[in-house]
Amino acid sequence: MSGHSTYEPKTGIERWLDARLPIVRLGYDSFVDYPTPRNLNYWWTFGGILSLCLASQLITGIILVMHYTPSADHAFASVEHIMRDVNYGWLLRYTHANGASMFFIAVYLHMFRGLYYGSYKPPREVLWILGCVIYLLMMATAFMGYVLPWGQMSFHGAVVITNIIGAIPVIGGPILTWLQGGFAVDNATLNRFFSLHYLLPFMIAGVVILHIWALHVVGQNNPTGIDPKSKHDTLPFTPYATVKDGFAMSVFLILFAVFVFYMPNALGHADNYIEANPLVTPSHIVPEWYFLPFYAILRAVPDKVMGVLAMFGAIGVLFALPWLDTSKVRSMRYRPMAKLYFIILLVVCVILGFCGAKLPDDQVIPGLVTGITPLDNDLNSWVWLSRLATAYYFAYFVVIMPLLGLIETPLPTPETIASPALSHPATTPAGATADAEKKG
Amino acid sequence: MTAAAGGAVAVVWPFIDQMNPAADTLALASIEFDLSKVVEGQQVVIKWRGKPVFVRNRTPKEVAAAVKDDSASMKDPQKDAERVKPGHANWLIVGGNCTHLGCVPTFGGGDYGGWFCPCHGSVYDTSGRIRKGPAPKNLVVPDYAFLSDTKVKIG
Repeated sequence: MSGHSTYEPKTGIERWLDARLPIVRLGYDSFVDYPTPRNLNYWWTFGGILSLCLASQLITGIILVMHYTPSADHAFASVEHIMRDVNYGWLLRYTHANGASMFFIAVYLHMFRGLYYGSYKPPREVLWILGCVIYLLMMATAFMGYVLPWGQMSFHGAVVITNIIGAIPVIGGPILTWLQGGFAVDNATLNRFFSLHYLLPFMIAGVVILHIWALHVVGQNNPTGIDPKSKHDTLPFTPYATVKDGFAMSVFLILFAVFVFYMPNALGHADNYIEANPLVTPSHIVPEWYFLPFYAILRAVPDKVMGVLAMFGAIGVLFALPWLDTSKVRSMRYRPMAKLYFIILLVVCVILGFCGAKLPDDQVIPGLVTGITPLDNDLNSWVWLSRLATAYYFAYFVVIMPLLGLIETPLPTPETIASPALSHPATTPAGATADAEKKG
Repeated sequence: MTAAAGGAVAVVWPFIDQMNPAADTLALASIEFDLSKVVEGQQVVIKWRGKPVFVRNRTPKEVAAAVKDDSASMKDPQKDAERVKPGHANWLIVGGNCTHLGCVPTFGGGDYGGWFCPCHGSVYDTSGRIRKGPAPKNLVVPDYAFLSDTKVKIG
């Protein structure tokens, strides 16, 4: 898409089509001749894997709809019907349910890749924001999909998440009723969620096209974070990237298959095999694993409205990141301080995930009671751990990233992408090249 | 301009309003409940407008504990007497959804002898008042009236 097209139609029919709808040219320019930086490592393979996930979810989802009944009275039974009676229904449903988790594993790796290598920095701001939009749509889709089996977790998950809207002062109540289509989560809610769960994946597909379009305009970032300067810095997409992505997809599909065939319920919750009962909330209600860090942030704040704002803010801050990071250097390979804070961020996100899965008042270190109880909770509790982690999460984006660009002395970056590989280590600037080679 | 904007709103409004509760949902009537089924110290959960309502026959000890805490520091200060009907202090009838995010709190949990919400750790006392955790309000007391000593009408 970017640069001059080198596609030459060879047969008569290709020439005929190319003059009318240059779709073969588009495919050739995008997936064959498209120049990719020669130093891309395996963190750069998740885009392809994510496309695969989206395709898998769409196909299994459309088939599941052929057997599912969207009704509060029949939804749960129809899912059991899929599991027990429909030919290979169990396979389709397990693939779809675990596919959501696989999708999120891939998207998180893809996002942390972008965070580490500065893929959100100019000129890739719009590319990054489109990615954030896809992530938001994915979360909405996953949440509504989880409601459809109408189990206990489905139902009470829907109650909790829709009530988040009710936290808005004054207009929250009417909006909540509007959203639920009644005074409680019920059949009306289930049906509209079903409708939207079917719609949103196609919207994701649309934004994915924009995402790829934006990518092909600005070009891919790479582990050094410097722009390709000549033909020596790039390789054609085919065969290099296609073969590499194909291999990575195969490895990823093995992991996927391990979950589907050997531990299909490992990532789910047993309570969701109990039909929804509005009168009893499961004793330990947790969202799916991919929402746990945000759930921990929601619970970390003692005030309802502020907790909801913090949870949405945790996603919202990602949109502003291109302008919050003030560093001129893209890749953290050459940012020793940023690298350190990034690793802490990774650990903090995992900690938040653990906090989200625990009861807020349980002890982190068993047996220890500090007796210090700021905000009514003992210091040795998951809720306090999540408060500290939440503080770091926001500090990373709104304090550390803006300040670090101003005070950090980055390591020297190589002249070109190709130079560390092509020139003798002794002739290149000290540190940069050797470092790059080790980390590559 | 104004006419065009008005026209646009008129076109869009049906598409928005269709999401509001349908007529049959709005028509949900009030319910009557026979209290003689609830023994002292027991709680019965009934369904009203698709949501749980707790009907609790409190022991004198629980009532005393609630009255004793009337002046304690609370997020949503309210006296126990304001939450029950005169002469029926043992009957506490409250909406069974946590005012935080709507989970159904567990009877008998928490440090205040009332309810504990398993979702985000809110704790309510024997009067259904919020004492600890993220919930902002006390458990809601619905509109209800005693038709006789053993019968209430909710809604």
